[in-house]
Amino acid sequence: MAEDLVKVMADLKEEEALRIVKKRLDKGDDPMKILEDSRNAMEIVGKRFADGEYFIPDLIYSGEILKQISEMVKPKLARAVQSKKLGKFILGTVAGDIHDIGKNIVGFMLDVNGFEVIDLGVDVPAQKFVEKMKESGAPIIGLSGFLTLAFDSMKETVAAITAAGMRDKVKIMIGGGVIDEEIRKYTGADAYGQDAMAAVQLAKEWVEPK
Amino acid sequence: MEKVIDKTQEQLELWCSAPGIEFISKEAKEAYKKRTRRIANAIQLKKPDRVPFVPMWEYFYARYANVSCYDVVYDTEIAKRATKKTITELEPDAYQSPIFFGVGSLLDALDVKQLRWPGHGIDLNMGHQFVEEEYMKADEYDALIYDPSDFMLRKYLPRVCGNLKAFEALSPLRSLFAYWNFYPNLFAFGTPEGMEATRKLLEAGQASLNYITFLTSFAKEMNGLGFPCWNGALAGAPFDAISDTLRGTNGMVLDMYRQPEAVKETCEKFAGMLLDMAIATAKITGIPITFVPLHKGTAPTRDGKGGLLSPKQFEEFYWPTLKKVMLGLIDNGLVPNLLIEGDYTSRLEIIKDVPKGKCIYHFENVDIHKAKKILGDRVCFRGSVPMRLLALGAPQEVRDYCKEIIDVLGEGGGFIMDASMASEDAKPENIRAMIEFTKEYGVYR
Repeated sequence: MAEDLVKVMADLKEEEALRIVKKRLDKGDDPMKILEDSRNAMEIVGKRFADGEYFIPDLIYSGEILKQISEMVKPKLARAVQSKKLGKFILGTVAGDIHDIGKNIVGFMLDVNGFEVIDLGVDVPAQKFVEKMKESGAPIIGLSGFLTLAFDSMKETVAAITAAGMRDKVKIMIGGGVIDEEIRKYTGADAYGQDAMAAVQLAKEWVEPK
Repeated sequence: MEKVIDKTQEQLELWCSAPGIEFISKEAKEAYKKRTRRIANAIQLKKPDRVPFVPMWEYFYARYANVSCYDVVYDTEIAKRATKKTITELEPDAYQSPIFFGVGSLLDALDVKQLRWPGHGIDLNMGHQFVEEEYMKADEYDALIYDPSDFMLRKYLPRVCGNLKAFEALSPLRSLFAYWNFYPNLFAFGTPEGMEATRKLLEAGQASLNYITFLTSFAKEMNGLGFPCWNGALAGAPFDAISDTLRGTNGMVLDMYRQPEAVKETCEKFAGMLLDMAIATAKITGIPITFVPLHKGTAPTRDGKGGLLSPKQFEEFYWPTLKKVMLGLIDNGLVPNLLIEGDYTSRLEIIKDVPKGKCIYHFENVDIHKAKKILGDRVCFRGSVPMRLLALGAPQEVRDYCKEIIDVLGEGGGFIMDASMASEDAKPENIRAMIEFTKEYGVYR
């Protein structure tokens, strides 16, 4: 039974997944167990994405299924779930740029992979990243940008973090439509990621040094 | 035997013949004809005298002339001066109309929510940006298909234009087929909110007329000086039209899984609508080049991983109706000028399926060797000097890159030089390097 939900959800069978969850809740199954199965399913989805078997629409759809399952399970939980988090991650689209589709997918994948994502939204001034860093002590920052103007905003954000004397306390990754390794060098960030799973992979490496 | 007429050639010949243009001099006329001929040859995969240079400059006009984006969006005189300065000093083979300039008062009149523009949520020195939302709900496909005009008037416009909110209360205009239906069905125009919305619409109408007048008189002046205008008409991929402006990326993605037939049917409907619009516009402009920007079919990585659509989804939802629009344009002698965002290297075999010498493919990013090999005998390439290079690189790096793409994509003809996308953040010296190098090295011998 438990196996079913993982498989059905990883295969993106929405109706079937929701039906199984309802049935399990009705017969008094442990809601925590259901959430765990969902997380396992999401891990498979992430792996299939990294392998080129799944694509961005599959990520979005799996997220929608997960959201519905969480909503069904929530009322049955005795207390708020305090799952162990891998670490804090500050995320935002840099100053001047209001694009957020890519950023949101990255944030979602980080979240389901165990990071506590602090999403600052779009058009985020450099100083706001610095303030949030001080306040939260997050060890990782992710800068997103879709437009070419983001090159300079990213560079300025990295510079502001350096100016605040905090550059050695964080790892910075950048990503977005026009970002590549050359831009990584230009901005002074630590890494650039091609997609959401690359962001997850990088973040995991950074919090769990081998 | 009946002679088969190549409509593309017919329309391009008409364009090259410069009907109705009043040139300021014999030299200007010669220059115009030379430029259009150069482009027409490139499109039809014949060898021109040299590689044409047709830049997608947009806000670069403001940057080059040292005026703010705010100024060109709000003041057509400044917009005209900036655009004219850029064109006459840099001398492209055709110029793109400054289609985002002079629209400030129109956007203000309507209080457009779907856009942020300089001085309105955007820095004065930056171009406008799009605000994607779910402006159409998942259960509204039937209403949209039943009567698109009604949907636009009573659903879409009130949602995206703050000042047209009152139009929500209108009766469907299709009900006005008889005088007795006039009596009760016009009341929503008469309420204080309705009257205010109508007043704002009139204001927008005036602004729209000013905008059209600005672009057409500007085109007349530029044509007279010998610079062909590039903007014939606008179309697009039906999938994008729905995803970008109505359902949003997320909404459209969920629809593909939950109501695939509604998505396909609406794409079909939009294919016809987009085609009709483009044909009507091209009749007015007399220019066959039709801009077809592609957004949501992207395969961002060269190995095909992680795309905005899977290969299967691309072939099922995106390509069929896009192809329909393209073939419809071609049937009418129009030239689809695709601007292909992302990296389409993994989709080259699919998009190859178009007639020879009728289309321009402007890739943002592609493996140029594969592109030339697979599409070289099929379409004219445009682009694609990376914006990264133009914004951050040095002129010599730009020249080196131009040499490479002229050697590969330009081999034997069928190539138009441009940046990978709109060049608003390019350094002027890099644009200059690109032009000078193309004019010098791009000569076919």
